[in-house]
Amino acid sequence: MAEAVVPVRSGRRSVLMTIGRQRELSLLAIMFVLGGIVSLIAPQFLSVDNFSQVAVLASITAIAALGEAMVIITRGIDLSIEAVIGLVAYCVARSLELHLVDPVGALAIGLVIGLVLGCVNGFVIAILKVPPIVATLGTLSIFRGIDYVIAGPHQVPLASLPAGFAHIARTDILGVPVFVLLTVGVVVVGSLLLRSTRFGRQVYAVGSNPEAASILGIPSRRVTFTAYALCGLLAGLAGVMWVIEFGTINGTAATGVTLAVVAAVVVGGVNTLGGSGTLAGAAIGALFLGFIANALILVGLSQFWLQAIYGLVILLAISSDQLIRRSVQRANTRSTAR
Amino acid sequence: MTSRDPGLDAERGLDAERTVTPRVSLVGISKRFGATAALTGVSLDLLPGEVHALVGENGAGKSTLVKILAGVHQPDEGTILLDGVPTQVPGPAQSRALGIAVVHQEPRLFPDLSVAENVFIGHAPSGALGSIDWRGMRRAAQALFAELDVQFDVGAPVRGLSMADQQLIEIAKALSVEASVLILDEPTASLSAHEVERLFTIVRRLRDRGVAILFVSHRLDEVFALCDRATVFRDGRHVITAPTSGLTTADLIRHMVGRTVSLFPKVDNPIGEVLLEVTDLTRVGVFRDVSFTVRAGEIVGLAGLVGAGRSEVARVLFGIDRRDSGEVKLAGTPVDFPAPSAAMTAGIAYLPEDRHQEGLVLDFTIAQNVTLPILPRLFPKLLLRESTERAVATEHTEQFNVRMTGVDQEVGALSGGNQQKVVLAKWLASGPRVLILDEPTRGIDIGAKVEVHRLIAELAAKGLAIILISSDLPEILAMSDRIVVLHEGRVTAEIARDQATQERVMFAATGTQASHG
Repeated sequence: MAEAVVPVRSGRRSVLMTIGRQRELSLLAIMFVLGGIVSLIAPQFLSVDNFSQVAVLASITAIAALGEAMVIITRGIDLSIEAVIGLVAYCVARSLELHLVDPVGALAIGLVIGLVLGCVNGFVIAILKVPPIVATLGTLSIFRGIDYVIAGPHQVPLASLPAGFAHIARTDILGVPVFVLLTVGVVVVGSLLLRSTRFGRQVYAVGSNPEAASILGIPSRRVTFTAYALCGLLAGLAGVMWVIEFGTINGTAATGVTLAVVAAVVVGGVNTLGGSGTLAGAAIGALFLGFIANALILVGLSQFWLQAIYGLVILLAISSDQLIRRSVQRANTRSTAR
Repeated sequence: MTSRDPGLDAERGLDAERTVTPRVSLVGISKRFGATAALTGVSLDLLPGEVHALVGENGAGKSTLVKILAGVHQPDEGTILLDGVPTQVPGPAQSRALGIAVVHQEPRLFPDLSVAENVFIGHAPSGALGSIDWRGMRRAAQALFAELDVQFDVGAPVRGLSMADQQLIEIAKALSVEASVLILDEPTASLSAHEVERLFTIVRRLRDRGVAILFVSHRLDEVFALCDRATVFRDGRHVITAPTSGLTTADLIRHMVGRTVSLFPKVDNPIGEVLLEVTDLTRVGVFRDVSFTVRAGEIVGLAGLVGAGRSEVARVLFGIDRRDSGEVKLAGTPVDFPAPSAAMTAGIAYLPEDRHQEGLVLDFTIAQNVTLPILPRLFPKLLLRESTERAVATEHTEQFNVRMTGVDQEVGALSGGNQQKVVLAKWLASGPRVLILDEPTRGIDIGAKVEVHRLIAELAAKGLAIILISSDLPEILAMSDRIVVLHEGRVTAEIARDQATQERVMFAATGTQASHG
């Protein structure tokens, strides 16, 4: 008898799941519609210059969002990501100012610092078993504190960076900004890692069902640790990009960025309860938020709206996820309950 | 347990039935969950001033009945009469307001609040301006415990109190709202003999004050020690209600067992060497001195009531929990697995009781679930190949006849029976020699059940040593070559297939000493 109801149920489920899974497409669709409206009010929205400016800015958020997405898929969160970006940005800018390193060395320093800070998070969460939200709230404060101590009142001006360093942000290859290419590259590599390696499969398994994962002998501590370490590495990359993009760096760089990063991840369809979501989704989520910020300016609304809109977008995304999840569950438990 | 005067009790029972309106009267209650009928047209009266036992095998519908009275579930059919008046119990709050109190096996208290706060949660005595009258609350709580004749520091937090004390708090809670119906759901499962005696004294006192008490228990000796009447459920149906003075343990067991349905295609196949040998396995406080062997090609049933320690034994064998003493030999070699992965490598597979919690990753496709335990072996190099994965998954699910659109379907979209087949396929992909199945057919419909049974028989025929844990007596009897029965963490019987009857197993499972043909 139960078999007879299955097709109906799975039909309903699959429609809902399709909506859930096609988050990337629906985001792009919303962007097109919004873009259309905005371009009627502000025709300059449609210019190539504007597009590439939006994409370059969004790519910094996107790189950070890729790491954050990986962490959230394991049922975690990294609130310290803005402090990692900020600390890396200052260290990189300062070492360039002092001529300690060349630009390539600066990139290496940024990545290493990011990786180390990510490992600190991973250690506290996976080994000491501190709940992620508390652990990274703590490290957020610690990393930012270190940043303040190192930087003091000093500000590295754009002028003291090597000539051409800041110019990288404006460089195109075949008409596509370097930052955008870099982001696409990281999305491709990261997606391959999550989709097609044992580690990636384990990341999803740990986030989706930790108990089943442990019964299956999946090393969940190692998986969790690695996710935070990679998140730190990507935050480090975002920190270097931050220096390139903005040039002038002091101890408060990237303050408040976590909200945008988490918003991008959530809007991009990564389940806040872990277990599902894609890196492409997170990157498109970052682009989406970038477009909204840009549209606000062009339409003439105050930038101060931005913060509120990020929050609103997070709530909208999560509540729609919850609605979908609940109806899926309801359809599902109907015949398995006992 | 204390002895009683049977004549007096019989008198009370008869008297009550003749003259008193039942406090609670359930008439023709039915409840279905999907394809499973949990209760079918059951009726039950609870009289004021009686302790009424409700007994039955696992899955007989006792818990569902308790949940209906507690307002957790709504009956599909039937009427609930309170003092003769038809009444709806739409939710737990309404159930409490109607004077029904439930004490669960595991008390549901707030560990960080004080004893007094727990007793008066939701109806704390208020003082001026609606603030909580703390002193009044403590005094009232103290009065309640004095009434129960127990000592309690009512200002202390509940955390750290024993299970027995926590149950007393639940009972005090019931008293504080002057509950006239008290439901005790397996209250003695985790109590010591002394604590049980104290609980019974209190229950008798409440009975004498006119409270109607429903006592749900697996322990038949307690039913006779405490209860005036007993009702037996079987397969969600009412079998009998009678004064306990006119019943024997053997009667009760006969009424409990005798479930129908046994169309499982058990195949006799050659039984080989001893593969798994368990000697005096002990996990303190959970099970003790458990010994049994399983041979290649053999199905050994682990029978017992809920809480007998069957799954706990399995968890130790699979390396999820650690043992305190005893020995496990796999094919003659002593083994002690620090983690499930080690057990898997050694060739043990464990299909857990709760397939959603522990068995499957619902976000994954069928193929991803099937290959999850064998990823390292399947793909020793860096990258996974979806084509290989799909081929392996198809190969392993084909023999199980899983009804799916393809191995790319999400496993969450399958029916319970098909999900269970995927879990089986997953474990078999790891190529085990010993397979532990924990309640493999719970909650799946009869068609899928028969199929799962056929698969189990086929696997045994292929030479796997199988441990079958099941609360379904006919299933255990039909499938097993031998049955090991556990009662409260100890092996109470080992019964060969040709000597196994439902009565014998149930006797051993309830810890009843008398042997019975």
